[in-house]
Amino acid sequence: MIYFILIIVLFLLMIGAAVYSIRQKDLLYATIATGIISLVLSVLFYLLQAPDVALTEAAIGVALTTIIFIITIRNTVRYEDESDNKEKFKSGVK
Amino acid sequence: MKKFVVILLLAVMGYYISAIFFDIGFGNSHLVEGISPVKDAYLEETVNTLSVANTVTSIVVNFRGFDTLGEVTVLFLAVTALGSILYKKRHQAGDRSVLFSASKIVTSGSKLLFPAIVLLGAYVFIHGHLSPGGGFQGGVIIATGFLLMLLAYENFTVGHNALSVIESLAGITFAGVGMWGLIYGGSFLENFLPVGTLNDLFSGGVIPIIYIAVGFKVAAELTGVIYTVLHEKG
Amino acid sequence: MEDTLFKLLDYGIYGTAVLVILVGLYGALVKRSLLKIVISLSVIDSGINLLLVAIGYLKGGTAPIFSPGYLENPKVMVDPIPQALVLTAIVIGFGVTAVALSLVIRLYRHHHTLHIDEIKNLKW
Repeated sequence: MIYFILIIVLFLLMIGAAVYSIRQKDLLYATIATGIISLVLSVLFYLLQAPDVALTEAAIGVALTTIIFIITIRNTVRYEDESDNKEKFKSGVK
Repeated sequence: MKKFVVILLLAVMGYYISAIFFDIGFGNSHLVEGISPVKDAYLEETVNTLSVANTVTSIVVNFRGFDTLGEVTVLFLAVTALGSILYKKRHQAGDRSVLFSASKIVTSGSKLLFPAIVLLGAYVFIHGHLSPGGGFQGGVIIATGFLLMLLAYENFTVGHNALSVIESLAGITFAGVGMWGLIYGGSFLENFLPVGTLNDLFSGGVIPIIYIAVGFKVAAELTGVIYTVLHEKG
Repeated sequence: MEDTLFKLLDYGIYGTAVLVILVGLYGALVKRSLLKIVISLSVIDSGINLLLVAIGYLKGGTAPIFSPGYLENPKVMVDPIPQALVLTAIVIGFGVTAVALSLVIRLYRHHHTLHIDEIKNLKW
């Protein structure tokens, strides 16, 4: 019984993180939401009795994809509408 | 207006796709009433013919080994394309785009963690045929260890030539083992070493050798990707 | 009771996977910034991998590894073929994301914007 509650909570977390990462305008928060999707996916792979796939998804999806996205954001814009970029960066949000 | 049309089309598509999957069912034995012959053949041949405990390893390396060669090639092409798109001249290489000085905890902690992470990665790809793991998993774990060191210290370098040499040698080992199987046995990537008993370290013929080569290659490639992206100055 | 719970799980897992794919597709079709489109592609990859592994599950099954002591009391094993396929798909998805992000960096350096309505010329 407790397993079913856990699995339903994981499903809701995954859908919530996906919707959040698409709708958020600050791209750094969207990247962290992508990392949360990969983490929940890795736990679901373990519960579906697939340990090799869970290891691969945990290592690639959480560590390497997030760092590549963060370096790209550092070299390009941070906000989705670029008019926000100049105001918010200059007001001290570094 | 455009968003409304897109949502409508996606809802129609989602309804038809989920109807198919609800019809298949979850946890039944599959798609054909009762028997799935390929799965039973693989599970039986793994124990009797190959003596490898991990079925997914024996599928990836031996039964569908040519697809793994294709995947290693695609990963190599992706890393080469990334290196050539972010190309810059020789004298600019060497300054990093992210300049932060990490705190004392990170610098002293990562010196302790780095050998442990590399040891874990090596253990995972050496025991790929006995427990969950394998070449890809171990290589990615080692690349994560190098990422930790690159983020903690500003002047930590990995020799670019050394990475290229390791990667090329590992790729040559994989293709060479396949060619040796072609000469000796009759088909590409055939098992020509004696298979041992089940759950032994030296069981499975050429499967541990191929997976060790894949582990080295993936580790060197992904470390190169991280190094290239970190040294990108905007 | 157990049957209704399992039916809820059946609708839940396939519904979650298809919903994540559709959310990613919406982001790839509607959004205007290049980096948001690449994030949507990564979300679509995750949804597809979950769908593939969920097909291969057998009720009451165990992981397809012949650990020592298994052969005395054998149980049903889940299907190992979709797992081998998803192993390859995850690595290739990462490779595609890495190349796409390098193209985004290069395009930003040339046009100084990431809005796809303003990137009109085809030459670098």
